[in-house]
Amino acid sequence: MADGTMVEAVRPTYLDRKGFLSWALTLDHKRLGIMYLVTIMVFFLFAGIMGMLVRLELLTPGKTVMGPDTYNQIFTIHGAVMIFIVIVPGISATFGNFLIPLMIGARDVIFPRLNLFSYWIYVGGALIALVSLLHPIDTGWTFYTPYSIRTGTSVIPITFGVFVMGFSSILTGLNFIVTIHKLRAPGMNWHRMPLFIWAAYSTAVIQVLATPVIAITLLLLIAERVFGIGFFDPAKGGDPILFQHFFWFYSHPVVYIMILPAFGVISEIIPVFSRKPIFGYKAIAYSSIAIALIGFLVWGHHLFVSGMAGWVAKVFSFLTFLVAIPTAIKVWNWLATMYRGSIDLKTPMLYALGFLFLFTIAGLTGLFLGTLAINVHLHDTYFVVAHFHYTMMGGTIMMLFAAMHFWFPKMIGKMYGEAVAKIAFALIFIGFNLTFIPQFIMGMEGMPRRYYDYLPQYHYQHVLSSIGALVLGVGILVMLINLIYCIFKGEKAPSNPFGSKSWEWQTTSPPPTENFEEIPQVTDWTYGYGKKN
Amino acid sequence: MNWLPEAASSIAGRVDNVIWFVTIISLVFFVFITALLVVFAIKYRRRSEDDETPYQVSHHTLEVVWTIIPSILVMVIFVYGFVVFEDLRTPPKDAMEINVTGKQWLWQFHYDNGKSTINELFVPEGRPVKLVMTSDDVLHSFFVPEFRVKQDLVPGMYTYLWFKAIKKGEFNIFCAEYCGTNHSGMLGKVKVLSPADFEKWKTSKEELIAGANLVEAGAELYTKRACIGCHSIDGSPMVGPTFKGIFGRQETLADGQEITVDENYLRKSIYEPQAQVVKGYQPIMPSFKGIISDNEVSALIAYMKSLK
Ligand code: HEC
Ligand SMILES: [Cu+2]
Ligand SMILES: [Cu+2]
Repeated sequence: MADGTMVEAVRPTYLDRKGFLSWALTLDHKRLGIMYLVTIMVFFLFAGIMGMLVRLELLTPGKTVMGPDTYNQIFTIHGAVMIFIVIVPGISATFGNFLIPLMIGARDVIFPRLNLFSYWIYVGGALIALVSLLHPIDTGWTFYTPYSIRTGTSVIPITFGVFVMGFSSILTGLNFIVTIHKLRAPGMNWHRMPLFIWAAYSTAVIQVLATPVIAITLLLLIAERVFGIGFFDPAKGGDPILFQHFFWFYSHPVVYIMILPAFGVISEIIPVFSRKPIFGYKAIAYSSIAIALIGFLVWGHHLFVSGMAGWVAKVFSFLTFLVAIPTAIKVWNWLATMYRGSIDLKTPMLYALGFLFLFTIAGLTGLFLGTLAINVHLHDTYFVVAHFHYTMMGGTIMMLFAAMHFWFPKMIGKMYGEAVAKIAFALIFIGFNLTFIPQFIMGMEGMPRRYYDYLPQYHYQHVLSSIGALVLGVGILVMLINLIYCIFKGEKAPSNPFGSKSWEWQTTSPPPTENFEEIPQVTDWTYGYGKKN
Repeated sequence: MNWLPEAASSIAGRVDNVIWFVTIISLVFFVFITALLVVFAIKYRRRSEDDETPYQVSHHTLEVVWTIIPSILVMVIFVYGFVVFEDLRTPPKDAMEINVTGKQWLWQFHYDNGKSTINELFVPEGRPVKLVMTSDDVLHSFFVPEFRVKQDLVPGMYTYLWFKAIKKGEFNIFCAEYCGTNHSGMLGKVKVLSPADFEKWKTSKEELIAGANLVEAGAELYTKRACIGCHSIDGSPMVGPTFKGIFGRQETLADGQEITVDENYLRKSIYEPQAQVVKGYQPIMPSFKGIISDNEVSALIAYMKSLK
């Protein structure tokens, strides 16, 4: 039996069982990972279409296709769905589920039933949130009081949905933390774990610690709307700024829930496609933890012009700059990993390079926003909109796309189509920059965000931005069509097409239900590329 | 490329220095990182499957250097930013105070001598002005890009902001904090006058536009008093009913009552808008009592009558 492919063809895989129930009730972390991925992509497309409608409306000043109320509802849906339903679970629920047991040499997560339960809570919460589409909410995804208490639109379903999804997030986080502590294969000590695991671990810690705060905040908001208890509305004796503190106490750490897994993905991709060990392993690993912890202390940078005391603003500004340092260090480490490597520009690596470019812009424009004197001018303008799209889309979503290509052969057992994938990448990269670079410029010129109408002086940049969004949208469609086509028609993938040393690649593609025939014995880290001398 | 808007307040130039400082540092890093990316991707691209690569996992000096340099730079930026911020937030003692009230979706300015305006903030050139601000309903944010100042208005609380205009002219006021339907229409203008003109304006009993007839005066007030933000004159519905053909129109009110629009109804609609709310509209029109004089109401009514 010298022909390896023959052997693989008869091996049972986790995809073999068919039928709706075999998926809906599965306890297999790999299947759950795929289910999250499909669900999240559906919501991503839906929210993406909302984003395109926003760009369509902004093509001309005044009314283009819809009235102001509809516009306000559409940008709210775009933001709320993208943040709470797509990017927060994002890479962690999808690839976290699929990869954690495979990477640490385990057969599944530690609580498979809880894992299934978390998935259905997530779907339930998302559906509750969608009930609000009957009379869509118009508060913006930040639900700022007192507007969110007074508006006639359906605030309750969506905030309650987010509340419910919070449980899914907490339970998944717990599951991952315990799994990583308890189920590592023999010999896999903390410093041999892949960096994706470190990132998933830090993310899980934030999920468990921060999510309860948003859950309580949203409950208070609901109580205020239903029973008229005055927590946040000054007309009832409440404090509207208090809501902002609560909200950002969760929603800033959430930025790291969204971005840390992306750091994990790129730390896996660059060594494989550069054939070099990751540079500064410990620096990357511990800086994730540092970011997770300091990230809890910077929420106030969203409130510099809300009416907070001057000295508080200074403390928050200082801490914000502090958190920038570990992030910068990571970028140097990834660059140093490429230095003198053997760089193979396959699609996942292209996304990784794209990420480094976009994330550099995200980080540097973050410097402007963290600087107190500049923040006053830029706060609530398009500069902020562009900045967080560079982090969320240029960062997290780009790495989600990278992961969808990189682990495609492992998940499906087929190869993705390289040529089309590269074309899609080019469209996405160009479209993205064309959409958001003009937004930096008009933000600097004073264009406020969440504006249905705008002064003619901003028209030119809005047109460029809308054209960019179209290119971006086409790129995403090409990418998805290519991947879906390859699920059915792709070439058969070998078990380790890119020559990775990580454990998920040491089993067959797609893996068997129990992941490994035998639990691996770990004797080294997973980045041992290159020639030792 | 005009990366920055005109600098029209005393602080704007200093804020711009900070912006340029950060812009230059950012550009240096951006160019450096991008160059490395491109050079590495080309120079070290895979030539064959058995390319040899070094097993290099750390380099202490390098790591210390690339930690320390960014750390120093961000701390310098932080300090520079907060020193200027300090001045941006500390009004001089002799600043002239003007009260500001934000409401959906207009700005009201009250001067110490009882004068008040809507959406037009008159200030003298070269004299510090402190705005003491609050909101009647939800959050708003007072933003003048040319002055580089911004501050939220919070209901139930006073916030403040100060600036010293250094150029005569007109500058846009934006509402920067989302406040509902007409958020993007909550615009105003700062009008910077020479100190002499300002005094003249402030002490003048501003009445109807001199020499204009009632209809023309009403047309002017329609814009000046911000009716234009919520009422159209071409028949299209906005946040409020259109003024086109309003006089003599049959209206159904929210409580089911049927009325015909006449002078008294119009007057009451302006002074006590909540008393009679037109069916199908939200009761959000602000009261103009104390802001619009009797004469001005007459002019507005004459204007509405003319819109057949
Ligand atoms: C913030 C938006 C807003 C502004 C500004 C505003 N209105 Fe209104 N107005 C409304 C709304 C909404 C209604 C309908 C509900 C009601 O009757 O209160 C209305 C109703 C009216 C009506 C009754 C219309 C009818 O068809 O019966 C009159 C008259 C009127 N406004 C005059 C004015 C004048 C004059 C001004 C400027 C001085 C003005 N409004 C400014 C929102 C506004
Ligand atoms: Cu933040
Ligand atoms: Cu507003």
